[in-house]
Amino acid sequence: MGDWVIVVVIGVGTYLLRLSFVGVLGTRPMPQWAEQPLRYVAPAVLAALVVPAVVLSDGRADITPLGNPRFVAALVAAVIAWRLKGVAGVIIAGMGALWILQAIG
Amino acid sequence: MFDGMRSVAPLLVGVIPFGLIFGVTAAGSAVGGGLGYATSLIIFGGAAQLAAVQLFTEGAAAAVIIATALVINARHLMYSAALAPHFREFPRVWRLGLPYILTDQVFAVTIIKYETERDPVYRRWFYVGGGMALWIIWQITTATGVVLGASIPESWSLDFAIPLMFLALLVPALRNRPSILAAVVGGVMALVAHDVAYNLGLMIGAVAGISAGVLGERVGRRG
Repeated sequence: MGDWVIVVVIGVGTYLLRLSFVGVLGTRPMPQWAEQPLRYVAPAVLAALVVPAVVLSDGRADITPLGNPRFVAALVAAVIAWRLKGVAGVIIAGMGALWILQAIG
Repeated sequence: MFDGMRSVAPLLVGVIPFGLIFGVTAAGSAVGGGLGYATSLIIFGGAAQLAAVQLFTEGAAAAVIIATALVINARHLMYSAALAPHFREFPRVWRLGLPYILTDQVFAVTIIKYETERDPVYRRWFYVGGGMALWIIWQITTATGVVLGASIPESWSLDFAIPLMFLALLVPALRNRPSILAAVVGGVMALVAHDVAYNLGLMIGAVAGISAGVLGERVGRRG
């Protein structure tokens, strides 16, 4: 399958997910078997995106400050995210921590 | 309409760097700038776009790329269900067009606004204002990122801003014990499965995390 076809299939599928209840299924309530798992899509998917990205270094799990400064920088950013609201502060803190660690290391 | 724009404005602080970085990442990957930017028009969902670009680069199978992106976007089902009773009073053309510009941010501001605003005309223009503001910013920033592409030095490690942004969204999503469980299991499983065949790591993490959340909720209710 060509790359463009794949993107179009994802695009159409995403539109249909957005359209689902608004356009077709109307105001019938969502069945509980569907509603309950959807509540956990955000934490599960976001963690599945974040954890490998900050723990893996050259394809291997590494959480030592010298081997993988990204993990330590992510911890700093996580504390900021927990204490403060807003995305900008988290990105600034995390990038700042990474640059400092890279400059030292 | 301007009310809608004003309501999403603070949320753009996160969207602008994300869009730029997505564009830079896509342009520097095997996907290339053209198709990379096209995902902004065709898919219009940052996390799914990013996962798709990552999987394309790793040479994943078509079915895996499609399934992973659609699992990430499954949350829109929930938004659609919540908006449906309010959108019912809109003309049909609006009901078909409005879902295209649905995003996490617009859903969040709209559903709160609709608690107090009853006028259907105000309601749809509020949504259009928020939705279009985000859509335009996303198109501009991702396209700019594609153009900047290679001119940003790798030593800046700008790609690290993407997991940071997801982290910033993840922490407030940890509202109760089942959602913390969903995140822990999702993250650990994605890590363990990162080099599993067919690039299914992200899918495995997502499905395992969602299942853990559901189970956790059931156990918690019984106990």
